[in-house]
Amino acid sequence: MPVPSADRRTLLRQSLLLGVCGMLPAQAHAQARRELLPTALPPSPLAVTAPLTRPIPSSNETLPLVGLGSWVTFNVGNDRAAREQCADVMQAFFGAGGKLIDCSPMYGSSQEVIGHGLRSRDALARVFSADKVWVSPAARGPAQIEASSSRWGVPRFDLLQVHNLLSWQDHLVSLFAMKAAGRLRYVGVSTSEGRRHAELEQIMRSQPLDFVQVTYSLRDRRVEERILPLARERGIAVIANRPFEQGDLLRSLARHPLPAWAAELQCSSWAQFALKFVISHPAVTCAIPATTRVDHVRENLAAATGRLPDAAARARMAAYTDKLL
Amino acid sequence: MSEWWSYRLGSFLLFSQRTYGSLVASYNAEIWPLQPVLVTLGLVALVVAVRSRSPLHARWVWLLLGGAWCWVAWAFHLCRFSTINWVAEYLAWLFALQGMALLWAGVVRSSLCFQPRSPARSALGGGIVAVALLAWPLVGLGLGRPWAQAESFGALPDPTVIATLGFLTLAPRANGWLLVIPLAVGALGLAMAWGLRAAAA
Repeated sequence: MPVPSADRRTLLRQSLLLGVCGMLPAQAHAQARRELLPTALPPSPLAVTAPLTRPIPSSNETLPLVGLGSWVTFNVGNDRAAREQCADVMQAFFGAGGKLIDCSPMYGSSQEVIGHGLRSRDALARVFSADKVWVSPAARGPAQIEASSSRWGVPRFDLLQVHNLLSWQDHLVSLFAMKAAGRLRYVGVSTSEGRRHAELEQIMRSQPLDFVQVTYSLRDRRVEERILPLARERGIAVIANRPFEQGDLLRSLARHPLPAWAAELQCSSWAQFALKFVISHPAVTCAIPATTRVDHVRENLAAATGRLPDAAARARMAAYTDKLL
Repeated sequence: MSEWWSYRLGSFLLFSQRTYGSLVASYNAEIWPLQPVLVTLGLVALVVAVRSRSPLHARWVWLLLGGAWCWVAWAFHLCRFSTINWVAEYLAWLFALQGMALLWAGVVRSSLCFQPRSPARSALGGGIVAVALLAWPLVGLGLGRPWAQAESFGALPDPTVIATLGFLTLAPRANGWLLVIPLAVGALGLAMAWGLRAAAA
């Protein structure tokens, strides 16, 4: 029997109604709770289970399969209430076992907001800080990196990526020099929404990268053809950005019922279904969904627990959603 | 860059409708009651532009317009909007440039008289200014946004741009160059509003 479709806000509203009013028969109530719990309750038991990890090929250091993006969601300017909300999201993220937070100097005030979350929650020891350099000419890169690390409040970044391959030839020289000097742990490059993959491939083949960041989602699977196999071949970790396509994917999927067999994959929502698909690809090291909500960040981390779909299940997930979208 | 075609409007929006609305509400609260003062001055300027033949009176109108552009450049773009959008720093320069251009052409050179003017030009220009002053603050309400986020002439970019286009229409000898920045930033504002609305849908 298909699970009824609902978006996250609807699920939360329904769960409150169901929980408070107790209007459904016991069996239906239990069924509803099973479906709604992951998004409804603040201290979710799902958060207790540590998320699955995968090693960074160049070091064997492990990273939880789900990280935290900050595009749009953390760019809240000087709005104090919104900043505290972001800090709460970060606290929930670390509480559920998350580590990698990704940002860029391009993302408005997001770096400062992350810095605020790290300061107020004393989470510096937990975070795997991933930022980017995004400036041309590349001679201005070191100053930008210095400003970024000051906004984060970190002495050094774990990972720096060349944002959207901008002036990558010159930036990579600087980043590799920083790594050699012990001022940076990992070096990478980033693209988004399938852009400049031919050039990315060339960089992956010619440069000793630790990470690449690309767009990968249940609907946008362009990287499966060449980039992900190449990353495995070259021992490069992969960060998957836009796993929910900035919410567009989930809004499209929410019009349809979640298939009953999603329960076999331990997915209780379309968000978990979409995220499990991305992180179950063996080349993916970490997916970085962005959110402004504590219940969503817990739900996202919960997708990295339990069973991951195997190749056959992944093919079924892709085929099913292709038919829907 | 060979893949510009792959970018969508949303690719350039760094912030959400919620964040922008919150920023506008906070700005409105900080400058209150400047908004009704500016709208009232705008209405007086409209009456002057439509009825007066005095070049001196026209100068006061352009002083108000030039000042409004410079105020929006500094108070909104530079001090507020730039906290969530680095493009706002460049917009601040454009707004300041337009403000100076209006002050130069309208006040210093006094080359933007409102007469002689055809009835059609009067109706069109006056109508555009009236929309900017009176109807625009209500547009947000119609779209479901709270009153605190209302956008009014002289305080926020879009109604200031629209009012300026109206006043320039009322000035038959206005140099076409004075329309370039208002049309460009007006199109940008429209695109931003459209993109934010699409992203929030």
